[in-house]
Amino acid sequence: MSFLTVLVAALFYLATVIFVTGVVYRIWLYARVPAPLRIATTPAPVTKGGVVLRMFREVAFFESLFKSNKLLWILAALFHYGLALVLLRHLRYFIEPVPLVVELVQPFGKYAAFAMVLGLLGLWARRFLIDRVRYVTAPSDHLMLALLVLIGLSGALTTFVAHTDVVALKDFALGLLTFDLKPLPGDPLLVIHLVLVAVLMIVFPYSKLLHGVGIFFSPTRNMVDNPREQRHVANWARKLEEENS
Amino acid sequence: MAKANFEVPEITGVTEVPAIQPDTMAHLETFRAKPDFMETLGFPGEMPEDWKEKAIEAMGDMLKKYRSLQVFLDACVKCGACTDKCHYFLGTADPKNMPVARQDLLRKVYRRYFTLAGKFFPKLVGAVDLTEEVLQDWYNYYHQCSQCRRCSVFCPYGIDTAEISMAAREIMDRIGVGDKYCNEIIGKVFRIGNNLGLPEPALADTLEGLEEDVYDDTGVKVRYPLDEKGAEILLVTPSADFFAEPHVDGLMGYGKVFHEAGVSWTLSSYASEAANFGMFIGSYENMRKISLRIRKAAIDLGVKRIVFGECGHAWRVAYAFLNTLAGPFDFLDPKYPVPQHILEFTWEQIQAGKLKLDPSANDDMVVTFHDSCNVARATRMGDKPGGQFEIPRNVIKAVCNNYVDMPDGTIKEATFCCGGGGGLLTDDLMELRVKGAKPRMDALKAATEEHGVTHMAAICAICKSQFTKVIPYYGFDMDQIVSVHQLVSNAIILTGQDEGGDEEEESAEDAA
Repeated sequence: MSFLTVLVAALFYLATVIFVTGVVYRIWLYARVPAPLRIATTPAPVTKGGVVLRMFREVAFFESLFKSNKLLWILAALFHYGLALVLLRHLRYFIEPVPLVVELVQPFGKYAAFAMVLGLLGLWARRFLIDRVRYVTAPSDHLMLALLVLIGLSGALTTFVAHTDVVALKDFALGLLTFDLKPLPGDPLLVIHLVLVAVLMIVFPYSKLLHGVGIFFSPTRNMVDNPREQRHVANWARKLEEENS
Repeated sequence: MAKANFEVPEITGVTEVPAIQPDTMAHLETFRAKPDFMETLGFPGEMPEDWKEKAIEAMGDMLKKYRSLQVFLDACVKCGACTDKCHYFLGTADPKNMPVARQDLLRKVYRRYFTLAGKFFPKLVGAVDLTEEVLQDWYNYYHQCSQCRRCSVFCPYGIDTAEISMAAREIMDRIGVGDKYCNEIIGKVFRIGNNLGLPEPALADTLEGLEEDVYDDTGVKVRYPLDEKGAEILLVTPSADFFAEPHVDGLMGYGKVFHEAGVSWTLSSYASEAANFGMFIGSYENMRKISLRIRKAAIDLGVKRIVFGECGHAWRVAYAFLNTLAGPFDFLDPKYPVPQHILEFTWEQIQAGKLKLDPSANDDMVVTFHDSCNVARATRMGDKPGGQFEIPRNVIKAVCNNYVDMPDGTIKEATFCCGGGGGLLTDDLMELRVKGAKPRMDALKAATEEHGVTHMAAICAICKSQFTKVIPYYGFDMDQIVSVHQLVSNAIILTGQDEGGDEEEESAEDAA
């Protein structure tokens, strides 16, 4: 087994542990912090079913962003939908036999990499071209975009330019899953691609990428509009009531 | 046109997004509260030596109490969707008035003390230590947010700057740095019962005067009762309704509606205030204490229902928080929601045909309607989402023949704040109030030029006070602002009322 294989495998195990524990910790934290008052942005649904639909529109179609800014919405959609297709396509490296849906996505998933990178470049350009966005941009915002663009480009290059040995790659991936290491093809592009993905997984729970978790806990979006019908007293507020009654 | 010692923006009818001009509003600082006002509210009177530690401790405490704060500080990706949505940014061009930048004033400190990235790589993620300069920015710019929630409508994660600015004000209060306007007013509510400090005799006198005015006007004895035990409805209304123009014309309207509906009602001198500035300073405790006065008044007077008068943030606290803060209201009539808005009440009466209305009484006006931010984006009226937009319009259309909306994107959920909400309705912030009104003034100008609008109706005491004060800066006239129930009052024909415009002659004949 080559040193490179062991190194990349170890990095992936580490990244997975950090990613999973970090995200689980955040979910636990958000779920545990009370939301003492009803603060849904209205008009808001008056039933739980309505809230599920609102949240679905928000997560799947970026409803509020669409209201806000059409160009930004297009760029965000290019990137996120592109990424979704690319991720779906990547399941072929982890599942044997490859499920039908992944097979069907394959031709789109390949080109989705371009949509993804195009969207990212557009989002990046905004950070230079629009004075308001430039003002709120921190170095980490540039780095995050750079990381994602490099992941997209290195991935696309291994598919379209310097073909990697996908059969060997799949052996390696399945080996990771079953803790039975198989050699990793030594293409530099592939190694760069994998290392960057691991870095992304590691920073995810400690960065603004948490928006993917946070949205589900956003009180202005996930609350039912029923404050006149139901009291919603948080535990700390109940203690306050008992002390002062 | 009113004079100003600052540049009043020019209105064109369309609000353009300005290029950023850093620090144009950095000088504007509202007066700080004196120690005794701070202490009345349970806050330290002075800044302690270890204010930095205390502030970080307060932030940590708030992060454990409010999911909104924790999630909102983490989730922002700086996409910029909110950057052109705040009326204060649009009116001042100061980038720290962009919602994301305003949030970042707190977020960069949160990152420094509460996140791994900020602890180890502060420069990279824009994290900073809490310093006196940062605190000064907090004070100045968190008092340049009217907590109107317009940014939250457009944020892909629903991040609400109002929540951040409320938390920031609470953190500052906890280190003895409070704003005079809000904290002094809350003290008055605790001492006297209302924001204006009107004691019971003054209220009784005012209400008696209103009864006389209505009698002179209509020949009908409409009652404006105070502290009447056993009345069916407790009306809680902003204290500005007792004397300010055009607020008081709205109060006259509520009385006429109750009179025609045939229900007994009363005001309370103990809970003579619908406003609840506890919300503006983000203090759950103070908000609850003010709310409990309403509960006590309802119990003491033995009423069956609670109805709120026209006020924006008051309706937010009433609709969204009152039941949680001061409930359960199981001693009230379960047939009615607790509380109800006066417009819900009036609209029910109109639908039931209980009111005789003559909309031609308002034919001298072409009316448009200003959706108050808190009503539009934080509450509801009626059973259906969006009732807060429909019911006021339905009532206005029932009492006015000429109604038009202002342009899309400036009304309903996208409504622009009047510029004076969130505890900023103080003369020391006049520059901000005038500039922040610009987007609304642009919309009003557009409606005036396109449809010949002559009057703008409002349902919030703060909006009404703010507009009557700032629209003269833009070449409008303060009389153009009307209360919705003032329009109702004009159109309502009381049972037994002499009709037509020649009452005086008729009564003279009667006398002869």
